[in-house]
Amino acid sequence: MLDIFKLIALAVVALVAAIAANWARDAAYLVHALLVMGLGAGLFLWQLRTMPIPGEPVPSRLAPSGYMDGPIRYGVIATSFWGVVGLLAGTFIAFQLAFPALNFDWGQPFTNFGRLRPLHTSAVIFAFGGNALIATSFYIVQRTCGARLWGGNAAWFVFWGYNLFIVMAATGYLLGATQSKEYAEPEWYVDIWLTVVWLVYLAVFLGTILNRRERHIYVANWFLLSFIVTVAMLHVVNNISIPVSIWGSKSVQVFAGVQDAMTQWWYGHNAVGFFLTAGFLGMMYYFVPKQAGRPIYSYKLSIIHFWALIFLYIWAGPHHLHYTALPDWAATLGMVFSVILWMPSWGGMINGLMTLQGAWDKIRTDPIIRMFVASLAFYGMSTFEGPMMSIRAVNSLSHYTDWTIGHVHSGALGWNGLITFGCLYFLVPRLWGRERMHSMAAINTHFWLATVGIVLYAASMWVSGIMEGLMWREVDQNGFLVNSFADTVDAKFPMYVVRALGGVLYLAGALVMSWNIWMTIRAPQARAVTVATPAE
Amino acid sequence: MADAPKIDEVTGTETTGHSWDGIEELNTPLPRWWLWTFYATVVWGIIYMILFPAWPLVSGATTGLLGFSTRGEVAAEIERVELSNAELTRSLTTVDLAALPANEDLHRFAVQAGRSIFAANCSQCHGAGAAGVVASGYPNLLDDDWLWGGTLEEIAYTVRHGIRNEDLDSRYSEMPPFDWMEDEELDQVAHHVRSLSGLDHDAAAADQGAALFVDNCSSCHGENGLGNRDLGAPNLADAIWLRGGTHEAILRQLNAPRHGVMPPWGERLGEAEVRAVSAYVHGLGGGEAQIADPATDKGAEDAAAVPDATYPARAGETPEEAGADDVAPTE
Repeated sequence: MLDIFKLIALAVVALVAAIAANWARDAAYLVHALLVMGLGAGLFLWQLRTMPIPGEPVPSRLAPSGYMDGPIRYGVIATSFWGVVGLLAGTFIAFQLAFPALNFDWGQPFTNFGRLRPLHTSAVIFAFGGNALIATSFYIVQRTCGARLWGGNAAWFVFWGYNLFIVMAATGYLLGATQSKEYAEPEWYVDIWLTVVWLVYLAVFLGTILNRRERHIYVANWFLLSFIVTVAMLHVVNNISIPVSIWGSKSVQVFAGVQDAMTQWWYGHNAVGFFLTAGFLGMMYYFVPKQAGRPIYSYKLSIIHFWALIFLYIWAGPHHLHYTALPDWAATLGMVFSVILWMPSWGGMINGLMTLQGAWDKIRTDPIIRMFVASLAFYGMSTFEGPMMSIRAVNSLSHYTDWTIGHVHSGALGWNGLITFGCLYFLVPRLWGRERMHSMAAINTHFWLATVGIVLYAASMWVSGIMEGLMWREVDQNGFLVNSFADTVDAKFPMYVVRALGGVLYLAGALVMSWNIWMTIRAPQARAVTVATPAE
Repeated sequence: MADAPKIDEVTGTETTGHSWDGIEELNTPLPRWWLWTFYATVVWGIIYMILFPAWPLVSGATTGLLGFSTRGEVAAEIERVELSNAELTRSLTTVDLAALPANEDLHRFAVQAGRSIFAANCSQCHGAGAAGVVASGYPNLLDDDWLWGGTLEEIAYTVRHGIRNEDLDSRYSEMPPFDWMEDEELDQVAHHVRSLSGLDHDAAAADQGAALFVDNCSSCHGENGLGNRDLGAPNLADAIWLRGGTHEAILRQLNAPRHGVMPPWGERLGEAEVRAVSAYVHGLGGGEAQIADPATDKGAEDAAAVPDATYPARAGETPEEAGADDVAPTE
């Protein structure tokens, strides 16, 4: 009976999508409607072919047991795939900034920097980072709760649904669909789809925690849960908009003017705070002690810094709007909360690094630990730099310059990137039942490529940003500006080239990793797959 | 599993007794330096919020003890610079432009301000170095070759009102298309135009073209092709070409003339800045002097009448602070 309902539902989806494609008012909407139509029809056929034939014996299905690792394996592969895509896009647009001819007249408007830039940011943050978070959170929550993922196939829905969101977002950018909000560019129907997927994700995660066999909830799960809940709230509020037509991608924001800007940066900063910080701290709290084989340094510190972090972060958004139409009082609050946030952020770094007490030698011998340590070091640097840049006087120099870009990338490439790579190296042998990664030397190579790449990137952007900021404000003795804007663009050229080369190195490291993962997965099995079972 | 704390061998610290998938936790107390730094930032935050605008109220917000506001800060800085330049700006607005170069201090001030104004407003078309862009028809300002006149007064008029725009006083002219001519005739005119500046040409065709030129082109460009600044008609006998001097380029211009447009800057920049940027542009290629007209020439007088500006006025102080007398501008 249920199968019949599924068939009807899939047929309706395909039909509605076909109608939407017929009435589509713009290219992005048309492509997305055709995509959904194809998916609906394909699933319909698949469902039809797998339905039991009346009269034939129904193959008895064993109740699934043990941990559910299928979606995690897919998530690991998706993470490394989107990582390469996102880094490639980033490296390419870095070269576009140095050599504008790479915008390619023949490729307009699709190869324009303006369309590729959100493709890069969304690919690295949401596709690479998001898949890593979903996969690792599913892995962590099962192991630390001693329970199988709740909700049966819902975890599969989360994986495929989230990746459909990414494909629709990315193709939408290229076809010109954007609501022009940084890190929240996808249009209304893509936002609605992500909301559905995200609520199912929340249900799976929360259901697993409720089913746990441990008395206490492990600290990693606090961070992961706060990440999932807050991102749901941020996403829904920042994307409230009214579609111009249900047959088109364009929508109009409900908020306007400075209220819109404030909502956007409340969202934008907390995307950093909860997606890229709290979520990744959740990863850190599981994988660092596992790989080091040491207990977490301080339980008290983890409690205090967790609550301080999530309470303070949510207020820090206004520091993105210093010296704008935003009232001074709001900017002051954003700045004060950002500075107070410094120590709570460092709590995570201390807890991670000091967990290595008694295992410091592994920094020398274990390239995965080395990645975790470097990652925490970059985390510490950017969470010091961030509060400093939020101070009004510093911000008046740094705002709108490449310093911001350097800051973001020392965090994104250093903290988020390296810790994700470390987690993938930890997960792949365990998920595919291999002794270890195919090549430890390649992990070492990856570490150095990535680290040198980050240093080139961050250093060139610091120099470029501070130079640019100083040039913009340089006045002669009579108070007249010395430089035109084009002068500053011209002066940044060498730094742009160095930055792009840093990107090449970092991308090369990710390619080495993808090769290593590939070789590990396809290597002949060294030992039988140990079927992981929930802890007793 | 038992929640029995045990002692970690490496550190000698007690664990909490919890274990998840083999992960345990030490019961290490909060690092003191961490805690005190955290407290210090909180205390600093409270003090900062008392000193600066911070808390929203029913209407408005607390202003803070220091009375700080970002807008106030910017306004004060602008006012400080304007005050310190007030005297020079006033003199620049009223001085007879022809006499400006004679007043060395004021002229230096004008050129310096003009360089900055040019970088911010003019370099987008004319280039950062003012060399123009031939491909787009943006004139080179370095060659001392002027379409609409090269004296300070004439340049200032061009800046103030622009060229071929909505300003009623803007400079205006339009070259008609000569696509009604026979192709052969156009070819002959082009050869003649090239012959004017001694470029390679077909002498026979140029001879034919000379007559056509006199009939059709000389009313604007003059019989010898020397141009007419009242009409912005370029001099065709020099080596400078706004839209290219090749045979093909000249033919293209004859068939479908292109006309440059420049916006009027008078309202946007204000008179002092118009004059400053004109002084800068005037000096780029050397600059043409006002042709002296003995009957009305009072340039020297005016130059003498302009107050001797105290230059450089330091940005850090107002003229009053610098001890300058309040100098009234001459009318």
